[in-house]
Parts: sequence; structure tokens; C-alpha cells
Amino acid sequence: MSLTYHLQVVNLLAAVLLLIAFAMLSQRRIVGLITLFAWQGTALAASTIIVAWSTAQHHLYYSAALTLALKVVVMPWYFFRLVRKLDVDRDVEPMINIPTTMLIGIALVIFAFNLALPIAQMAGTVTRSTLGIALASVLLAFLMMITRSKAIPQVIGFLAMENGLFFAATSATYGMPLVVELGVALDVLVAVFVLGIFFFHIRETFDSMDLKHMERLREK
Amino acid sequence: MTLLDWAWAVVLYWLALAAAGLLMPSSGGLARRIVFPLGAAGALAMAVVGVVALFNPPMQFILPFGLPDLPFHLRLDALSGFFLILLGGAAFGVTLYAVGYFRHMPAGQLALLSTWYHLFLAGMAMVLLADDAYAFMVAWEVMALASYFLVTTDHKIPEIRRAGFLYLLIAHVGAVALLLAFGVLHGGEAGRMGAYTFDAMRQTEHTPFWASIAFLLALFGFGAKAGLVPLHVWLPEAHPAAPSPVSALMSGVMLKTAIYGLLRATFDLLGVQLAWWGSLALALGLVTALYGVIFAAVQSDMKRLLAWSSIENIGFILAGFGLTLIFHTDGKDALAALTLTALLYHALNHAFFKGLLFVGTGSVLHATGERRMGRLGGLMRFMPWTGWLMLLGALAIAGLPPLNGFVSEWLLLQAFLLTPGLTQPYLNMVIPVAAAVVVMAAALAAYVMVKFYGVIFLGRPRDPELKHAHEAGWPERLGMLWLAAGCVFLGLIPSQMIDWISPVVVLLIDATLPNDGNWVMVAPLSAARASYAPLVFLAVITVITLLVYFGVKRVYHGRVRRADPWDCGYPEQDARMQDSAEGFGQPIRLIFSAFMRVERLTPDPFDRQPEYRGDSRDKVWLFIYQPIAQFAARLSALAGRLQHGRIQWYLIYSFATLIFLLVFVTR
Amino acid sequence: MTTGVLLQITQTGLALLLAPLLMGWVNICRAWLQGRSAPPLLQPYYTLQKLFHKDAVLAHDATRLFRFAPYLIFACMVLAAGIVPTLANDLPFSPAADVIALVGLFALARVFQALAAMDIGTAFGSLGARREMLVSFLAEPALLMVFFTASFISQSTELPHIVDRLAHQEFALYPSLAFAAVAFWMVSTAENARIPVDNPSTHLELTMIHEAMILEYSARHLALIEWAVALKLFTYSALGIALFLPWGIAAAGDLNALPLALLALVLKLALGGAALALLETINAKMRLFRAPEFLGTAFLLAVLGMLVHFLLEV
Repeated sequence: MSLTYHLQVVNLLAAVLLLIAFAMLSQRRIVGLITLFAWQGTALAASTIIVAWSTAQHHLYYSAALTLALKVVVMPWYFFRLVRKLDVDRDVEPMINIPTTMLIGIALVIFAFNLALPIAQMAGTVTRSTLGIALASVLLAFLMMITRSKAIPQVIGFLAMENGLFFAATSATYGMPLVVELGVALDVLVAVFVLGIFFFHIRETFDSMDLKHMERLREK
Repeated sequence: MTLLDWAWAVVLYWLALAAAGLLMPSSGGLARRIVFPLGAAGALAMAVVGVVALFNPPMQFILPFGLPDLPFHLRLDALSGFFLILLGGAAFGVTLYAVGYFRHMPAGQLALLSTWYHLFLAGMAMVLLADDAYAFMVAWEVMALASYFLVTTDHKIPEIRRAGFLYLLIAHVGAVALLLAFGVLHGGEAGRMGAYTFDAMRQTEHTPFWASIAFLLALFGFGAKAGLVPLHVWLPEAHPAAPSPVSALMSGVMLKTAIYGLLRATFDLLGVQLAWWGSLALALGLVTALYGVIFAAVQSDMKRLLAWSSIENIGFILAGFGLTLIFHTDGKDALAALTLTALLYHALNHAFFKGLLFVGTGSVLHATGERRMGRLGGLMRFMPWTGWLMLLGALAIAGLPPLNGFVSEWLLLQAFLLTPGLTQPYLNMVIPVAAAVVVMAAALAAYVMVKFYGVIFLGRPRDPELKHAHEAGWPERLGMLWLAAGCVFLGLIPSQMIDWISPVVVLLIDATLPNDGNWVMVAPLSAARASYAPLVFLAVITVITLLVYFGVKRVYHGRVRRADPWDCGYPEQDARMQDSAEGFGQPIRLIFSAFMRVERLTPDPFDRQPEYRGDSRDKVWLFIYQPIAQFAARLSALAGRLQHGRIQWYLIYSFATLIFLLVFVTR
Repeated sequence: MTTGVLLQITQTGLALLLAPLLMGWVNICRAWLQGRSAPPLLQPYYTLQKLFHKDAVLAHDATRLFRFAPYLIFACMVLAAGIVPTLANDLPFSPAADVIALVGLFALARVFQALAAMDIGTAFGSLGARREMLVSFLAEPALLMVFFTASFISQSTELPHIVDRLAHQEFALYPSLAFAAVAFWMVSTAENARIPVDNPSTHLELTMIHEAMILEYSARHLALIEWAVALKLFTYSALGIALFLPWGIAAAGDLNALPLALLALVLKLALGGAALALLETINAKMRLFRAPEFLGTAFLLAVLGMLVHFLLEV
């Protein structure tokens, strides 16, 4: 192993990111999910800071700060509030049972790692080997969205997917230009608030947060 | 006489013994006391021939009979030799056992059985010796038919007839596939003289496409015989139906002839091998292993449990075969040699421990007349010989050191561990994960064996009648002793076994497995990678056990007081409160409920005459075979409409066929 | 060679002596954490001594298997303790078995324990045997994946080589080993019959796993089994140390490092025992059919570790 220590730490954080993605997949409770999401944001921010420091890419400091503020503080806080207000924190059985979901998850990881190998070879960054993990996190978040029927886990899945993409951008090209990142962050923030407002409306209309009720809204 | 002559002489000798059975149908005692021991001697001779053949160059021989212009070709090389050792070694113990086992069989039936039995042995030996497609298929059919008649020995029981029919049906579907495979292998040059010989096939160049077709056909045909999922359905029906020595031969040896055929066709007859065959065989093997062991865990009939466990072991062997193909096509010669060694070793081990366990169930069956494990229990006290020898077999099949089952599994796992470095990144990552399936199946096998052994031999007898169970006679004990000794012996000398297997490996893939160890220690590839020394293992455990035993006795005391079992002070306890076979399998049924359909009849708590029935049905049977059977039935109903019963109509059918053929021919 | 043999005997003897001490230490820590007054540190030795003195009571129809099993189980654990490097790295026994054979050795002891439990023919005995085998078939694949990860890093399944690679060569962070460590902890709780899979101090027969199997044992047989249990915990701790915290184990032939190695071992065991007690205090025993999910998670972690190794560390 010829990597420097801080890059090894980035690798470790990448592994933690993947671990959290799996933990989210297996989490039955919404509050637990939100906590895991906050931890994922923390790991992401930490790895961004280390990359920024080791490659002297100063704009990455800003995006790390942005991640820390939005994904570790604001959004989890907002979600906790939502959960308390909507009173939806209880065990949710996912659509597919958890061991099966996990096995599908492993298959996705293998797929993602193999997909990323040739791409990573093309990227010129020192952190390129974590690209596979970023890709796997995206796919796992997607899988989580598929297997959950409640609204809040789906939104968290969406945000976790965004985390994965962000990480991919950092590892493949040292992040997107700052303008793009700011724009994305703003978009995500607005989306979360809009969705929050939606949740209240969904609950008022159906008296439940279960998305099964939305199935009635199709064309007859 | 050359070595091949000797092998052929043993086959002839077995055929003569088979004929002898027919000549004296009235004296069963003679058949049992003389013919079976002679047959066993033949088996031992065959094993010796096999050992010598390992270290001799291949030899060939043309028999002066067969059809005109289609003589039988025979050949004895290291591969045949190895499987002859397997055949002879296992058959010696089993046949010795049979001398005592058939004591109570009526004379006429016994004579017939002796005929089929020796014909079966001869057929299996001929399969291993055949060197052309014609001789191979004839021997294959002799083996299938003889075993069919052996399975249906108790043909008065309808279930056994049904099991026999299912076996015959699938054996023949498989045989058709084999026939087609040989057709593809000989390259379509029908006109050429002698094209059906294996030599001609070896020299034929196959395109990857046709080679793949031939491989798939062979995998199907041999898989049907070996019990590859989903072609396994006959196995749990037919093996338990046969008398126990026959079950032992079928499970221990006959399944291995299919492995032999697969190896012969893939590595010897086919000039090219493709990597995806290996992935396919590996996947099928792992599925077979897991499927077999899960169903073994939920069985309540002891012989059916063993039959499912045979499916599991075939799965291991096939997984090894798949890995061999993957490594071989990737140019990793040493690794391919490792997996090939592991699979051959496992095949030999399985012949011994499964033979032992099957004949052991025969003794239990004789002593108690009961096959349902839920009615047995505590037999260790009444049948100590059978009990202790079966313990060795159960430990060996559970893959525990220092017995033989462990060595082959250990070698196979080492191979899994060495996959990184393959050129295919996917395989690099998937195969180590697949090793987990192997370990899980092996650990489940330990579960199954604790269930098997614990429920039958340990605990208290669940039926008071069991107290009268009698120990097996001396021929039976000797037979079991031979097989158990094989399990121990094969487990303790892995280095020597690897040396003995290496000519086969050289013959098939032209590679050798570097062994860095010495006679006590096996260390495939290099001693820094992995090593295992069963003798040290055994010696240390024995020494410590003895030291502790005598030490405790000396320092403290060895006093023992006997009392009722404590059982947490529960006063009312009887033998029926022990776990039944169904109860022991319950967690597995719950965890793997997706694999099976459970049909249960549970009694009401207030039932005066409670009745319990539980059955875990194989989903493959329900979802693949039943639709096929229904389709076939519907098709035949349709065809039945053509049957009017009037002779004129049948004449018209023949007439129409004739006209059609005439038009077709004159075109 | 003679130093090797001497070292081997010293190390095995040390394991034999230290194992009950570790057990006592865990019990003390647990008592402290739970606000109870703690038993003396040497309590396990007193118990063993008392048990050895008693007359053995055997059920009327106990077979020889039942009497023989404790000796064999004890011998298996002694051998296992001899194979895992605790003090020194270069031992004459270790080529006899690599990690896979070590798993086989544990399995041998377990199968005999389960068979002995079924021998008396009580309801609880067979219940315990069934549960033990259930837990083990789920734990073994996960354990093997943990070993695979370590073996991929060190290119060997021999424990001395693994330790040598991890402790005595250039230091590197292995994310894969972090995963494997968590998985290993989960598996070892299951294999050692600790919380959350099993509760070693339960008195409720219906929830027992390991305890249910040894209900019928008494006196010297029970003493040997209890000692073997302590040895197993010790061996697993030593395994965990060898795989994940190997610093301090003396390199081959380095006799001067031995005192330091002993100090490091005691320190690590003390910390590990305290951590075990802490984890046992904050967790609750789960019901039996949650165990597959728990061990499935362990398996998943181990597999993830292995995959991460392929991606990041090759």
C-alpha cells in the first residue's frame, strides 16, 4: 500500500459511507434512519475536508461546510420535527424482507464495484478508487427508496442518493464547480421543504403517510 | 496379463457371479454365504487394479465382441483407475456387509437380488473402462437397469414401484441427452469407421459452439444421474426405496460414475473448454449443495435424509468441478489442480462415509423395522458397534477434523480463497462470497448429522419395543469397520492422497498441485499460505484427553454416582418429550420456508386422539415436474383420441404413413 | 526448536491459567456496571476447584459418549488455545491448523457438546442442541468471511503469517478490517454464548442455548466444560487480538520482546473484557429467531469488508 495516511482515512470514510448506506437499508425506524442520514452527511463532510486539505482544493472547504450545515444540521432537525409533528415514528416493515434486501444490496455493490473499475482508471484523481463506493451508495439509496412505502424514508433515500452523487463528484473530479454545488444544495433544500409541506397535505387528505394511498390517484 | 486384462477379468468374474445367482435360485444360503463374499473379493481386486493403474500409462484393448464392425473398446488410465479404487473400496465394505444383511431374505428373491447386484457392479466397472460411446452406453444402461431392479426389490409396495418408475424415467431422459452428447462429440462424420470411439472424439476439432452444446448435453445427462438440482427429484425417492447395501452403492458409487463421465467428457474428450461452463457448473453446484442440505435437515425418514445429503455432496463436487473449469480456462494451472484434487478427494470420501451411513441405517432397520427417526432413539445402548462406527461416519460427513470429510472441504475452501488474480473482475469478487455458501452448507451438514445421529442413537428409546433391538452380525460389523477405517485413514493421510490423485490431475489438465508439506502435513501451493496436519491434530487431542482424564482421576478422584436425569427438576418426563425429527428440523424449516411448501396437520389442544403430520414438499417438484407431468398427460389424452379400437382405422394410419414415406423418399 | 516447544507449552499453559481469570474479570466488570457488588476476581477458580472435588452424578442411561465428551471438548479448546498466537508468533503447533482448521476444531467441540446434550434424552438437552447448531450454522459463514478478509490482506490463512503481516510490517489502515472487526465481535458473541444471542447467566431454561446443553453435567465433567468455555472465550479474544490488534505480539525468534508481549496481552485482555461487559450491559438478549438476522448482518459486514478490500486495498 503506497497511499498516504490521509488518503487511507478517506478510504476508511468511504467504507463508513457504504456501511451507513447498508445500515439505512436495514433500519426499520424512521428516527433511526434520520440519525443515520446525519451520520452519512458527517462522514461525507469529513472526507471532503480531508480531500480538500490534501489536494489544496479550497473550494471543497466551502462544499464541506455546506454539507455539514445542510445535511447534518438543518435537514435532520427538520425531519425530526416533521416526525414529531406527524407522529409517524414506528417500526415500518419494508416491502421486501430485510435479509433479501441485504442480499440484493450485496449484488448491487459487486455490480457497482465492477462498473467503477474501468471508469476509475480513467479518472486522474488520487481518490478515484472510492468511485465504486460512491456508485454503490447511489444504487443502495435507490434500492431503499424502492423497498419503502412511507413518504419520509423515500425522501431520505432521495437525499442519500444525492450524498452518493456528491461523493462521486469529489472522488472523480474533486467536486463540481462551486456554483453548481450551491445551486444543487439550494434545490435540495427547497425540495425538502416543499416535500415537507406536501407531507402535511398528504396526511390531512389520507390520514396516513403511506404512499399506497396515492395509488388511487391514477387515471381511471 | 496386462492390468487392463485383470480389470476385465474382474468384470467377467462379477458377471459369472451374477449368472451363478440365476443357476441356483433355490439355495439362498449358498448365494449369501458364497457368492457375496466372492463378489467382495472381486471388489478388493478391482481396487488394487485401480491403485496400480494410477501409476501406469494408459492402456487400451479391443474386445472381440459387440455388434458386427462395432467392437467394444476398453481403456484403463489414471482417471478410470481412481474411480475403480472408489468403486472397489466402497463396494468391498458394502458387499461384505451384504453377506450378513440379506440373512432373512427368501431364497428365490435373494438369488435374483444377487444377480442384479453383481450385474450392477459389473455395469459400473464397465462404465469406467469403456473407451467408445457404444460400450459406454451399453454399460450405462446395464447399470441403470440393474439398479432399477435393485430399487424395486420390494416391488409389492406401491410407493417403491412409483419411486422405481421415476428413477427409470429420469435415467432415460438423461441417457438420451448423453447419446446426443456423444453424437455431437463425434463431429458428425457418421461414415467414418470407428468414429464412435473416444479416441476419434479426442482427435475431433470442436468449434466453441458445438463444444458448448456437447458440454450442456453432457451436464444434463450426467447431472440427471448425479442428482443435480433440478434433476434430483428421483434421488430422494429411489435411494431410500432400495435395500440398504444397494442404497449405499447407489449413493456412494453410482453417483460418482456420473462425475467420472462429466470429467471424462469435459477434460478428455472435448478439446476446448470455455470459462462460462465453469461459472454455470459452480452456480449449479452451489445451488445443489444448499438445496440438498436444507431438505436433508427437514426430513424425518432416516434414509431419505441421507439421500438428500448425497445431493448436497454432489453439489460440493460440482462446485469444485466448476472452479476447476474457471481456473483451467484462466490459465491458473496450480489452482485448477487444487480444485480438481479437492473434488476427486471428496468423491472418494463421500463413497466411504455415505456407504457407511447407509449400511448403518440398514442395521437399524433390521434391528427395529423402523425408518422414521421419530420412533427410534437410544440405540447406542443396544447396538454399540453400529452406534460407534456410525458416529465416525456422521462426524466425517459433517466435515469435522481429523476425519476425511474435512480434508476435502478444506482443500476446496483454500481454492476459493485463492481466486483473486483471475482476469475476470466479477469472478474475483463473487467467488469468495460463494465460499460462504459452501461453509453454510457444511455447517448445516453438521446440523443434519447431529439430528440424524442424536435422534436415532442417543437419548432414550421413544418406543419400549426398541429395547429388544439386536446388534448387527459379524459380517455387517466387518463391512462397517472397513468403511469407517476408510473414513479415518483417508482423513489422516492427505499428503499421500494428493500424491495418488496427481496422476489423474496430470492426465486431465496437465498440471500438478505443488505440495509444500511432508507426510504429516499437507500444504497446498506453499507452506506460508496454508497448512493442516491431521496426525498432529489427532495426536495432540488424544494426548491431552488422556492426560486430563488420568490427571483428574489422580489429583481428585473418579467417583461416579448414578441417578435419574435431573432435567431441571421436572417430575413428569418421558422419552417422548425429546425432540422429534420434525422438531429438530423446525428452525431450518422456518428460516428457509421460501424453498419448500410445508403441508402440516396440527391437532387441536382438546383433541382426544391427536394426530400430527408435517411434510415439507420440494418446490422444484411442484413447479417444474408437476406441470410437465400434467402437460404430458394432456398430450397423451389428445393422442388417445386417435385410438378408436377399430382395426380399419389403425390400418388407415399405417397406410397414410406408408404413402407419406413413399412421397418423402421419392422426392 | 526446543525454545519453540518451550514457548508453545508456556503459552498454552498461560492460556489455561488466564482463561478463568478473564471470565472472572468480565463478571466483575459486569457487576460494577450493573451496580451489583462484584464476586471475587478468583471466583471461577474456586468454582472449578469445588466442582473437581465433588462426586459426579450421572443419569442412569448416560452412555460413554456423555462421559467422554467433556474431556474431548476440553482437549479441543486447549489445542485451539495453543494454535492462536498470544505471546509469540512462531510456535511449532501452528502449522498443524490454519484458521479454517481452527473453525473445524471449534465445530468438532460443538458437535460433541450437542451430541452429549442429546444423550440423556431430556427435553431441554435436545432443545439446547438444536439451538446451538442453529446459531453455529449461521455464524460459521460469517466467521469464515472475516478470516477470508484477513487472509486476502496477508495472502495466508496461517495465523502467524497474518499477525506478521499486520503487526510487523509497514502500518496501514485497512477499512476492510474495520468491517471484519465488527462482524467478528458479532460472531464471537454468538459462538461464545454471550448476550445478545445467548445469556450465560440465565436461569430460565426456555431461553437457554448453551446452558441447556450442560444441564445434566456435574462435578469434574461440568468443571471441564466450564473451563473449556472460559478457554474458548480466551481463544476468541486472542483471535480478535491477533487479527485486529496484533501490535505487541513478539515476532518470530524475538525472545526479548516476550515480557512486553505479556504485558500487552494482559492489558488488551483487560480492556477487551471490560468492553465485553459494557456491551453485555447495554444490550438485551434477543429472541432466538432474531439471531438469524443478527448473524446475517455479521455476514453482510464481513462480505462488505472483503469487497471493500478488493476495491480499495488491492
